[in-house]
Amino acid sequence: MQYLHNIGSYFLMLAEMFRKPTKWSVMKQLILKDIDDLIIGSLGIVSFISFFVGGVVTIQTALNVDNPLIPKYLVGFATRQSIVLEFAPTFMSIIMAGKVGSFITSSIGTMRVTEQIDALEVMGINSINYLVFPKFIALMLYPFVISIAMFLGILGGMAACVYGGFSSLEDYIVGIQTDFIPFHITYAFIKTIVFAFLLATIPSFHGYYMKGGALEVGKASTTAFVWTSVFIILLNYLLTQMLLS
Amino acid sequence: MIEVKELQKSFGDAHVLKGITTSFSKGKTNLIIGQSGSGKTVFLKCLLGLFEYEGGSIAYDGKIFSKLSEDNKRDLRAEIGMVFQGSALFDSMTIAENVMFPLRMFTKQSKSEMNDRVDFVLNRVNLADAHHKMPNEASGGMQKRVAIARAIVNNPKYLFCDEPNSGLDPKTAIVIDNLIQEITDEYQITTVINSHDMNSVMEIGEKIVFLKNGFKEWEGSKDTIFKTDNEAVTDFVYSSNLFKKVRKMYLDENN
Repeated sequence: MQYLHNIGSYFLMLAEMFRKPTKWSVMKQLILKDIDDLIIGSLGIVSFISFFVGGVVTIQTALNVDNPLIPKYLVGFATRQSIVLEFAPTFMSIIMAGKVGSFITSSIGTMRVTEQIDALEVMGINSINYLVFPKFIALMLYPFVISIAMFLGILGGMAACVYGGFSSLEDYIVGIQTDFIPFHITYAFIKTIVFAFLLATIPSFHGYYMKGGALEVGKASTTAFVWTSVFIILLNYLLTQMLLS
Repeated sequence: MIEVKELQKSFGDAHVLKGITTSFSKGKTNLIIGQSGSGKTVFLKCLLGLFEYEGGSIAYDGKIFSKLSEDNKRDLRAEIGMVFQGSALFDSMTIAENVMFPLRMFTKQSKSEMNDRVDFVLNRVNLADAHHKMPNEASGGMQKRVAIARAIVNNPKYLFCDEPNSGLDPKTAIVIDNLIQEITDEYQITTVINSHDMNSVMEIGEKIVFLKNGFKEWEGSKDTIFKTDNEAVTDFVYSSNLFKKVRKMYLDENN
C-alpha cells in the first residue's frame, strides 16, 4: 500500500513540477547554479572513472581474447562497444545516482528538516517547481557528461592497449572504427536522457517528502540511491529490448 | 484582522483542533500559548495554509482562505511574513540575499530599489553590517533578526512567528520580543506569535489565546492573565515559583 502511495505521490510531484512556474529571473539563476553543482561538479570524477575503467575493459578484453585467429583490432572494437553501449550511459548513471542523487536528496531533505521548504510554501512559492525543475533542466545537459565519459573511456582503453603492449595504435584505431553503427550513439543518448530524468526526479522525491531529522536525511539519501539504481537497471533492460532487439 | 471560526483539524484518528473560535486584531501582538501537544503548531500551520483543515473557517480581513482561488491564495500569501522557530534562512544565500528573496519573487523593483529596501530593513533590525555574512556565520539572535527582516521586507499585512525566542538567552529574547512589538505597532501588522515563553506573555501579550487539548481554554491579555482564576491557565503560566511570586505581588498591589 505504501508503495502505491509513493508512486502516486511521485507522479503528482512530476505534475506539480510544471505548475505555477517560478519567476524566470530567479529560475535562470537556479538552473545555472544546478548546472554548476550537478554537471560541472561531476566532470572530475566522471573523467577519472571513465579513463581508468576504459583502460581496464581493454586489458580484460585483450587478456581474454588471445586466440591467434582473432584479429588484434577486436580489442578496440570490444572496448568501443562496451563503453558506448553500456559503461558510459548505464554504469556511469549508477555512479551518478550515488554522487548527484545523494547530493539532491540531502540538499532538499535538509531544506525540509530546517523548514526552508515551509518558508517557500508560506511565501506562496511552488516549492516543487522552485527546487526540482532547475535540477531537471540542468540534468538535460547530462548527455554532455556521458559524451565525455565515452571519449575518455575509449582514450583510456587506447592508452592501456598501446602502453600495455596488447596491440598497436593502428589496430586499436581500426577496431574502434570497425562496424560502427551510428544508431548505437542515438540509443546511448536516448538512455542517457531517460536516466537523467530519473536522476533528477527520484532523489528529489525522496528529499522532498522525507520526514524526521538529520538521521532520516541520511536514510533518504541511501533509499534514493537504491531506487534510482533499480529504475536505471530496469529501464536499461526495457530500452535495450525495445531499441536494439 | 484574522477571524477563526470553529476550526477543526485531525490526523487520522487524532483530533488535534476541536472547534477553535477566536480573532487576532490588526496592530496587536497576539500570542497563542499552551503546553506541548496542545495544538499550537497545528493551529499556526492551519492559519498559514500549510495544513488543510476539515471544519470551520479562517478569514483574513473578511477573505475566507479556503474559498479563495489558487491565484488569490498565492496573492494572500505574498502578504504574509513568517518567522520560523529555527529561522529557516536559505543557507545557500547571504543574509542580504535572504532578505531580498521575497522582493525578487514578488515585486518588479529594480536592483537598486531592492538594495535600498534591504538596507532599510536590516538597519531596522540592527544588522546594518551583516549583509555579506552567510546564515551559518550568524548567531541565533542574529538569525532571528534576519528572519524578522525577511518577513517584513515586503510590507506584510500579517506576521506569524513560531517560538521566536526558542534557543535564545533571556536578554536577546527580550530584544526580539520588543522588536516584534515595535514592528507590529509601527506598520500596523496583524501579528500572531506561537510561544511558551512566559516572559513574552508578560511583555508583549496584547491578546493571549490559551489552548489545551485542542480546545481554546481561555483568552485574554497580559493584564487579565494575572487576575484569571482559570486553573488550567494558572497551572501553566504560574508553574515556576518566580511567576507565582510575581502574580502574588501583582494581586497584593491591586487588592
